[in-house]
Amino acid sequence: MHLLEGNKLTINFGGLTAVSEVDFYVDKGDILGLIGPNGAGKTTLFNLISATLTPKSGTITFKSRNITGVKPYQVCRLGIARTFQTVKIFANMTVLDNVRLAALFGDSKKPSEAEATKAAMDLLEFVGLVGAAGIPARGLTLGNQKRIEVARALASRPELLLLDELMAGLNQTEIAEAMDLVRKIRDRGVTIIMIEHVMKAIMNVCDRIIVLNYGKKIAEGTPQEIANSKIVVEVYLGE
Amino acid sequence: MDFSKRDWKKAFITAGIPVIILVVLAFFPMYGWQYGITLFNHFLLFVVLSVAWTIFSGTTGYISLATAAFFGIGIYAAALVYPSVGDRYPLFVVVLIGAAASFVLAFIVGAITLRLKGIYFAMFTFGLVLIVRELLYWYEITVEGRRGRIVKFEGNDTIYYYLLAIAAVTILVAYLIKRSKFGLALQSIGENEEAAAHMGVNVTMVKVFTYAVSAFFMGAVGVIMATKWSYVDPGVAFAPMMSFSPVLMAIFGGFGSIYGPVIGAVIFSYIEEILKTGNWSRYYMLIFGTILVVTILFLPSGLVGLIQNVWRRVMGRRRASA
Repeated sequence: MHLLEGNKLTINFGGLTAVSEVDFYVDKGDILGLIGPNGAGKTTLFNLISATLTPKSGTITFKSRNITGVKPYQVCRLGIARTFQTVKIFANMTVLDNVRLAALFGDSKKPSEAEATKAAMDLLEFVGLVGAAGIPARGLTLGNQKRIEVARALASRPELLLLDELMAGLNQTEIAEAMDLVRKIRDRGVTIIMIEHVMKAIMNVCDRIIVLNYGKKIAEGTPQEIANSKIVVEVYLGE
Repeated sequence: MDFSKRDWKKAFITAGIPVIILVVLAFFPMYGWQYGITLFNHFLLFVVLSVAWTIFSGTTGYISLATAAFFGIGIYAAALVYPSVGDRYPLFVVVLIGAAASFVLAFIVGAITLRLKGIYFAMFTFGLVLIVRELLYWYEITVEGRRGRIVKFEGNDTIYYYLLAIAAVTILVAYLIKRSKFGLALQSIGENEEAAAHMGVNVTMVKVFTYAVSAFFMGAVGVIMATKWSYVDPGVAFAPMMSFSPVLMAIFGGFGSIYGPVIGAVIFSYIEEILKTGNWSRYYMLIFGTILVVTILFLPSGLVGLIQNVWRRVMGRRRASA
């Protein structure tokens, strides 16, 4: 039984089919990479999983329960959390409140205020932002704002975490730290699907990779298989 | 519990000062200063409207211009169940009826329109004021064959105590919401609604419910003002200025805190009173507008923001010299 399974997912915007009949799955404890050229439909697929968008056809199953068509806040409470490609932090709220909010509302166990604050502080410790807890989130660097997003997503105690280009815009040191963070999250028992353009990161961290192009799944396999796949090389580098 | 000196000071400012002000205000009518009571009634009306407006719009950033509609619903509720002749409910029951009617209307309107963003939401809510007004005109004139109604008149002192009680409850509720986890959810919606939804906040429910709560208080003061004016018709009850004034007052005072709209409402309505009754009445809107433009340009956090800035500078200097 897969943790999350997508079955023939399709959605179009006007005449453009952004995601077309995509099948995918992720197993508990895995890190699944999602790659493809710009406009391939990666973020759209995330938006379908996290219920920002409803698929035109196809179904999404999470822990053998059909979650197609539920609301975003329900998906979160069921145990799927996400980060955003362009950071969507609560800029004028403190770093702590950013994370505390997700603990208070996203955790299906409904923690008390004190428990939520404690959980949030622990997560800030985990991502290395404990010193910035009282600062408004807008004052942090992009790299640290992405850490807020990770801590915030984890505060809802998800079983599955969707990371949308966690490493985009980060420098080499920050990328290395982010890769470390992804592995540490998996070690906490959280399954991960990540969209990434930083190939080094994808190849090093993922157990399995799915390649999208023009909304269709064109390849799937281990990092080794993907690196050697003729069709993937064609899509990325041209013939 | 371990209370430090600082905690006591904070507790005094948040709870002590409002209670002292409330007690002083409660004895105010005993001085027998009739004009003062009239003036304070005017203040209290706008304190309630602008604080109630801030509860929803100040935090979420959805600019509602339906204040006049919810206020007017309260007025018309009074006209229906608190007429000058015939059967009447007790006044406090009428206040609750008017408030509940506004709550229900806001709940329905919110459920339909709170998916609209920015200017579209503002325009729709303002349209609501005009729709309800015109519908009532049509109903009164073509169906009933009359215009306006007479509400039972209440004395200045009664009106004062009711307004004071409603204002106290409005401010208390605004404060409790702000402090609670519900307030945190509202703030997150104002910051980034999409992210809030993905963090488990049921944004639709939070928005619609809060919108209805803010309308509740607008309806309550509507009932009381009807008993002051006595004659009401749709034009009086649904005056568009009642949608704009509370917004201007909240901006002027600064809606980052609860003190902001309170101070803004008192100062603004005092200026209005002076200008309207003095020789300046012809320039009233001009001066109003100028003050507002200056506020938006130079005081983005309103009067309260200005005071906080000055305070911080004074304290900073004192600390630096110590």
